[in-house]
Amino acid sequence: MSYRVGEPVTIADRAHRGHHRTPAYLKGKPGRVERVHAAFRNPETRAYGDDGLPRMPLYLVSFARSDLWPGARASGDHRVYVDVFEHWLEEGK
Amino acid sequence: MSEHAHDHDHAPITDAQGPAAARRARALEQLLVEKGVLRAEEIRAGIDWLVSRTPADGARLVARAWVDPEFKQRLLADARSAALELGLDPGPSPVVVALENTEAVHHMVVCTLCSCYPRALLGPPPAWYKSLPYRSRAVSDPRGVLAEFGLEIHDDVQLRVFDSTADIRYLVIPRRPPGTDELSEEQLAALVTRDSMIGVAQPAAPALA
Repeated sequence: MSYRVGEPVTIADRAHRGHHRTPAYLKGKPGRVERVHAAFRNPETRAYGDDGLPRMPLYLVSFARSDLWPGARASGDHRVYVDVFEHWLEEGK
Repeated sequence: MSEHAHDHDHAPITDAQGPAAARRARALEQLLVEKGVLRAEEIRAGIDWLVSRTPADGARLVARAWVDPEFKQRLLADARSAALELGLDPGPSPVVVALENTEAVHHMVVCTLCSCYPRALLGPPPAWYKSLPYRSRAVSDPRGVLAEFGLEIHDDVQLRVFDSTADIRYLVIPRRPPGTDELSEEQLAALVTRDSMIGVAQPAAPALA
């Protein structure tokens, strides 16, 4: 599975015991692929002394404020851009 | 974030980074040395490298980008290579990405998970960057946070908040201040503050001639 720039994705809504780099506020949220960075060692295994291989593709994904914080009182609009590893991405709608 | 402006460093006010965390860090350091993973000299050299870094290196990149459009394109395409081109140390991160602020788009950088920061080019991050209030509010109410820094972003300017969670480090190229056409690259670099490269401030205004 790999994703292209502009493609809609959804961040997997799953719990993960231990170190991972997918912030909780993104889980289950829809986003859009902005960049395909490269593949990097997996921090989820590297954090525990493993070599982190195989490398996992890393994507820059953007999110609308209204999707992340529906109903929240914030001044003005914005988008949030976050680097997310491929195994946290699912096909979006 | 407390009520006053953060143009200065001070000890974190609310974070639990006090003596317990320091003791844990020392215990880890001792263990790593005892187990032969690291030598004490290597730890010292790493700390020396870290505290020797300053925002002056990032400022040189920005000033060169302001005066040299072709360099700016190279910086936007690959900030690591652009830093090496100026003889700067881009640090251990495999990818450094420069984000250009324009009339239409403003970028700011946060690390909600910890304190990821382009340390090689900006030096150690300020205490507020590591504070829980900044880390949580930068992604939920960035315009409110920027207003507390004294920076008003017009509603018609797109605001993009970059949450650096992984291997990539982000550096903002702020807009060149008006009235700086006559300044040299070195004088321009002096206007490029640390906070403007995090995206929470504009560069300093030029001194009146």
